[in-house]
Amino acid sequence: MTRSVFSRSQFNSKTIIKVPILLGLVTSLSACGQSSQKTLVLTGSSTVAPLAAEIAKRYEAEHPGVRIDVQTGGSSRGIADARSQVADIGMVSRSLKSEESDLTANSIARDGITVILHGNNPVKSLTNEQIIGIYTDKINNWQEVGGNDAPITVVNKAEGRSTLELFADYFKLENTAIKADTIIGDNEQGIKTIAGNPNAIGYVSVGAAEYNVEHGTPIKLLPVNGVEASTETVRNGTFPISRPLNLVTSGAPQGLSEEFVKFAQSSQVKDIVEEQYFVPISQ
Amino acid sequence: MLRGMAGIAAAILLLMVLFLCGESLLLLREIGVSRFFTDSDWHPTSDRFNLVPMLLGTLLVSLGAVLLATPCGIASALFCRYYSPPFLSTLYRRLLELLAGIPSVVYGFWGLVVLVPLINRWHPPGSSLLAGILVLALMILPTVALVAEASFASIPEAYWQSATALGLSRWSMIRGVMIPAAKSGLVTGVILAGGRAIGETMAVLMVCGNVVRVPHTVFDPVRTLTANIALEMAYATGNHRSALFVTGLVLMGAISILIFVAEWLDRRWFAGVR
Repeated sequence: MTRSVFSRSQFNSKTIIKVPILLGLVTSLSACGQSSQKTLVLTGSSTVAPLAAEIAKRYEAEHPGVRIDVQTGGSSRGIADARSQVADIGMVSRSLKSEESDLTANSIARDGITVILHGNNPVKSLTNEQIIGIYTDKINNWQEVGGNDAPITVVNKAEGRSTLELFADYFKLENTAIKADTIIGDNEQGIKTIAGNPNAIGYVSVGAAEYNVEHGTPIKLLPVNGVEASTETVRNGTFPISRPLNLVTSGAPQGLSEEFVKFAQSSQVKDIVEEQYFVPISQ
Repeated sequence: MLRGMAGIAAAILLLMVLFLCGESLLLLREIGVSRFFTDSDWHPTSDRFNLVPMLLGTLLVSLGAVLLATPCGIASALFCRYYSPPFLSTLYRRLLELLAGIPSVVYGFWGLVVLVPLINRWHPPGSSLLAGILVLALMILPTVALVAEASFASIPEAYWQSATALGLSRWSMIRGVMIPAAKSGLVTGVILAGGRAIGETMAVLMVCGNVVRVPHTVFDPVRTLTANIALEMAYATGNHRSALFVTGLVLMGAISILIFVAEWLDRRWFAGVR
C-alpha cells in the first residue's frame, strides 16, 4: 500500500490541488461542446484536507469533467465558508456546536487525540488527574508520576486549533489555566518537538502519531483512561478522546455536493481513509 | 515609465496599510487601543488581548541576534578582506552567499531538530529565546558580513596606501582608517539585518516555544508578533482574527519607529562627515 507522504507534510499551509485543474482543463477542452465543467470547492480543517484531497482525486478520476479544489484553513474557516457559501463544502474536524445548527454535518471518518511522550520516557501511563496536573503546572517533575528526576516540558497547541478544543474539553481544562512550556502549530511540529525532547509531553491526532511510530520516530502513545490509543479503539468507539471528521454543507447537500458526500461516505473510499490512519464510518 | 512603476508600488503599499487598518478597526473601535497593552494576558478567544509580551519577544530576539551577528559579521568581512589569502577569501565569500540564500524554514528546521534538543539537555525546555537568537543570528550573519565586505571593498585604494606609508600596523590601519571610512556601510548592513530579523517568522516559530510570557532568562520561551500571526491565522475568526490584524499593525508600528530611530542616528553620526 503506498501512502503518500505528501498528504501529511504538504498540507499544513493553504494548498490548492493544481493537477486536477490542469486535468480538468484538458478534459474540458477535449469535451468541447458538451456541458460545461462542474467545480466543487472544499475548504477547512487541515486534519480533514489530506483525506478529502485523496477522495477528491479518486472522484475526479471516476467523473471526468468534475474539478474539486481542496483548500485548508482550519475548521473555523470551514464553518464560515460553508455558511457564506464561499465553499460548497466545509471541512470540520469536530461535531457541530449548537449555534451551528443551520449547517448539516456529514461524517466521513473518525479521529482520536492522544497524549504522547518521548520513546525513552519510562512512564507507561498517566491518570486523567495527573495529565490535568501536568497541564496546569501543579506537577512539574516526572518523578512525581513515577518517571525520572527531570522537569516536564508541556507542549500545547496554539489557541483556536480544534485539537486543543477537543483536548481541553475532555479534561475540562480552561484555555487560560493551561501553563505550557512550548506552543506548536500542527501535528508534525508537535511530534518533532516531542521526539527531540525526552522530557516533553504533548497531544496529537492518533493517526499522525501511529504513522510516525511506524516510521521509527521516537515517540510513544499513552492510553487515555486505561484505553489503549490506536485506530482500532477509535474505530470501535471505546477510545474516549475522539472526534468525527465532517463535511459540512449549508442545508442538506444537493447536486454535485450530495454526490461527493455520498461518495466520501461509501465503502469505495474506505481504503483511503484507512491509509491515512483515520477510521471509516462505513463498515 | 519608471515613475509609473514607483507609483504602483507605492499604491500597493498604501492599499495594504489601509487594509490592515480597516481589518483592525472593527476591534479597535470595540475595545480601544489601550486594552492591547493593559490586558492581563493573550487569550483572544476569552477576550484578552495583551500584545506587550510578544512585542518584547520580537524586540529581544531581534536585538539579541543583531548584537551577536554584528561583531561576527564584521569580523568575517575584515578577515575576508585584509587577512585571508585570496583563494580562501573567495571561497569564504561564496560560502556566505550560499548561507544568505538558504530559506529561513531550513534554518528553523535545523534549529528544531538539532539546536533545541541541545539546549534542552543543558537547560530545559530547549525551545527558548536563546534558540531564537542563535538561529536568527546565523541567518542574518551573511547579510551583515556581505554588506560590510562590500563597503570595505568600496574604500578608495589610496586610504590603504597612505596608511601603509605612515607605517601603521595592520590592525591600527583597520581600526583607525578602514572602519571609520566604511562606517556608513556597516550601519546600513546592520539595519538591513535587523529588519530581516524582526520580520522573520518561520524560523522563530519553530524554535522559540511560542508561549506568550515576558521571558526572565534566555532559556524561557517567547512568542514574537510574526509567529503569533502565523500560528493562529488559520484558525481565527471574528475578534480573534481582528486581533491578529492589530498584531500586524503593532509590528508595522515597531518597525517604523526603528527605521526612524536608525535614520536619526545615521544623520547625527554622519553630520560632520557629509
